[in-house]
Amino acid sequence: MKTRLLTCTWAIALMLGTLFSGQAKAAETIKVGILHSLSGTMAISETTLKDTMLMLIDEQNKKGGLLGKKLEAVVVDPASDWPLFAEKARELITKDKVAAVFGCWTSVSRKSVLPVFEELNSLLFYPVQYEGEESSKNVFYTGAAPNQQAIPAVDYLMNEMGVKRWVLAGTDYVYPRTTNKILAAYLKSKGVADKDIMINYTPFGHSDWQSIVAEIKKFGSAGKKTAVVSTINGDANVPFYKELGNQGITADTIPVIAFSVGEEELAGIDTKPLVGHLAAWNYFMSVDSEVNDNFIESWHKFIKNDKRVTNDPMEAHYIGFNMWVKAVEKAGTTDPAAVQKAIIGVTVPNLSGGYAAMMPNHHITKPVLIGEIQDDGQFEVVWQTPGMVAGDAWSDYLPGSKDLISDWREPLACGNFNVKVGKCSAK
Amino acid sequence: MPQLLPAPRSWLPIFLLLLSVTAMIATPCPAAAENLQLEQGLTRLVHGNFKEKETAISRIATSGDPRAKEILAALLSGKLYRLKKDNTIVYARRSGSRADITGVLSGKSLGMVKKRAIKKITINNRLRGKLRGLLALIDLRSPDPAKRLAAVNKLMPTLGPESAATLEDILQTEKNTKVRKALLTARAIIDLRDDNSDRRLLALNDLQGNLNPAVKNELTKLLATEKDKKIRTKAEATLASIASKIAFYGLLEKIFFGLSLGSVLVLAAIGLAITFGVIGVINMAHGELIMLGAYTTYVIQQLMPGSIGMALFLAIPAAFIVSALVGILIERTVIRFLYGRPLETLLATFGISLILQQSVRTIFSPLNRSVSTPAWMSGSLQINPVLSFTINRLTILVFALLVFAGLYITLKKSSIGLQVRAVAQNRSMARAMGVRAARVDALTFGLGSGIAGIAGVALSQLTNVGPNLGQSYIIDSFMVVVFGGVGNLWGTLVGGLTLGVANKFLEPWTGAVLAKILILVFIILFIQKRPQGLFPQKGRAGA
Repeated sequence: MKTRLLTCTWAIALMLGTLFSGQAKAAETIKVGILHSLSGTMAISETTLKDTMLMLIDEQNKKGGLLGKKLEAVVVDPASDWPLFAEKARELITKDKVAAVFGCWTSVSRKSVLPVFEELNSLLFYPVQYEGEESSKNVFYTGAAPNQQAIPAVDYLMNEMGVKRWVLAGTDYVYPRTTNKILAAYLKSKGVADKDIMINYTPFGHSDWQSIVAEIKKFGSAGKKTAVVSTINGDANVPFYKELGNQGITADTIPVIAFSVGEEELAGIDTKPLVGHLAAWNYFMSVDSEVNDNFIESWHKFIKNDKRVTNDPMEAHYIGFNMWVKAVEKAGTTDPAAVQKAIIGVTVPNLSGGYAAMMPNHHITKPVLIGEIQDDGQFEVVWQTPGMVAGDAWSDYLPGSKDLISDWREPLACGNFNVKVGKCSAK
Repeated sequence: MPQLLPAPRSWLPIFLLLLSVTAMIATPCPAAAENLQLEQGLTRLVHGNFKEKETAISRIATSGDPRAKEILAALLSGKLYRLKKDNTIVYARRSGSRADITGVLSGKSLGMVKKRAIKKITINNRLRGKLRGLLALIDLRSPDPAKRLAAVNKLMPTLGPESAATLEDILQTEKNTKVRKALLTARAIIDLRDDNSDRRLLALNDLQGNLNPAVKNELTKLLATEKDKKIRTKAEATLASIASKIAFYGLLEKIFFGLSLGSVLVLAAIGLAITFGVIGVINMAHGELIMLGAYTTYVIQQLMPGSIGMALFLAIPAAFIVSALVGILIERTVIRFLYGRPLETLLATFGISLILQQSVRTIFSPLNRSVSTPAWMSGSLQINPVLSFTINRLTILVFALLVFAGLYITLKKSSIGLQVRAVAQNRSMARAMGVRAARVDALTFGLGSGIAGIAGVALSQLTNVGPNLGQSYIIDSFMVVVFGGVGNLWGTLVGGLTLGVANKFLEPWTGAVLAKILILVFIILFIQKRPQGLFPQKGRAGA
């Protein structure tokens, strides 16, 4: 008897609790989901992005919120576990009823949540450079597509540094494999022979680089200028660069250009032996502009540590969040369908002193910067594209995708329209 | 800008220019105090544009001023700054938030300024290459033979017929045998391009068995155009002998790589060989004990920022103590209640490993920490142009063997070692003889954990110091211990080195990913055939 009474009281209390909190909050806040790993292998990169989002939401609230309501961040931890990403995304959309989600880092986590966002018709802002070959109605790609990072980087090496022999080294997963496929096709279209391209893959977290670096050294001693294009991801970079330094490969003999090494990754390395090696991004912390200075200042204040660095995916979230805010204001509602329509064409300032526009294919315009590593762990910009480059969802250099375009505006509203056949391949 | 590409032919005009430069720099110029060209060059250097800087560097180099070399060297090493207020170029040494500056032209100290008052004069890779080339030309006449040798080697890939005169000139006075040899090689490379076929033939004689990569490239080029049959056969033979030598040294290099990978495996596994092998505990938190050792190294380096090398030595005992204490704590609070229940031990220690990882994440943040490598552990030991051993790997190989020897002696010669072996072989008999088995268990576990901590110090020099450090070594460690034979230190040593060498021999033709898989498959098959591993333990516990 007693126990039943207790259960009853609990149940009522719980119901009332959910009712009240639910009503009270739904009336005055707009929820924003943050889907970044806070534990596991990817925590190293993703925790920073969670903090960036909290800062951006905080600043927006100080400016008076959005549509007269306060924004509320809902943080979940998918723990670097790809299936858990899908579960957590579903939880954010159906249980927490968030208006939009900002999150994911690896391509495999994005692929895992994609069906959830399409099924429940919600919005995902994805802030990391990726391999392209994808366009979803529900995803906004605020990081670089291959034509905004990989292709200009190779162009720079070919034209400015006279590189003739290429090592494409990457970690063994979808992003490096697709990027290298595009790059190999691109290099061949520029007349580079098969024997002048060496492709090498290593497992995640590879730490013994001795023989691979020795092989690169041998490949580079054939008398032609050689460069390494690295899509090596995450932790494996530190021992890779250490081994390069120890085997005496310097930037003026065999330069390495990396697509996954930014300020955050360099913070864990002694960069003196790496001076002169390159990275291609759309933003560097060292970029000289007033918005960037302000951003760095507020980041240091928010994180309470003035040694912390800023990096490219943080800028992508900065752009993505501001685009979403502007689109919601334009549509007058947070309804995903309305925001999807309103956001195309929205233009917001980026951190390098220019503007980023959302294209109809859900990619954005970005400048491409090539930076050289300095001994203080920062990059010095040595080259940049003269104008903005629009992200291309489908690569022009792969046989399967060169006829595809993506345009989410009515009446076409198709992510993979085949211009040769004149049909939307899959809707 | 095709003339700036490093193809030898297009370097011609620059090279000629540079040669005249060296001659000028070598002879002191009387008008050194006021050199207009130098000053003009410096003024141009202030501009941000890299093309302008390139002309500025040429101007400084051709100014014939004795100060030019120091300026170019400072530019290369990033010590050249400009004052923001009036664009004066200065040398600066940064210390904290201030910098000690010296005027470039006057050579006088200008005192201390705030770090923000100066800006570094940046260079890019092309300028870096150009500066190194210029400095190499200057270094050809340096009094230090090591510098002269480096300069000749630096110039080797970009030799042109016009540099023959300079090289010949230096060759006349050169006494050092090593530098002479390098100069002769350079001369022979130039002669290979000569129109006179006798000279080409003579040059071939000089290049027999020469391993310099420039020689190999030149011979390949020669074979593409050579008509003379006699020279062709000779060149082919030379190339073949070079190739076979390179293959031999490649084999040596591969063995070294394998031993070095093996030594890392041995270091990571040897602590486990004690906890798993001697007291039979499957300790999934072993990797995290390694990680604690690495973090200890980081903390000690932070405490004594001035002396990285000393900190590394101090980290060895410190890491041993930290990991051993944590190990004993784990044993006393968890594992001792679970002896004889391997499944529960496995789950409990796996839980502990997650707790340790997450607590490191909370204390030190999820970001990797940077552990510096002392200067004496960087770089490589150059045996010949195609064979070199990286010094950090060599140090760790020796270190692993020392740790192994130390552990072996402890177990064989000390009284605690005797007790550990007694408990391992026959627990109840040992207790009957008055050995306090529970205490020995705790000490053994502490010893194994402490060794894991020492492994962490070594690993901090090779890989990332982050919360996931341990995870990447736990599987490998178990593999080595099981392969070598549970409870046998020699088995761990031989097993670890064998797996390392096997891995490195597989890697070139299967790729790193497949090599790892093949090794795992091999071990599974091996264990099927010999469940006791390479060196089965004798006695009751091993049965």
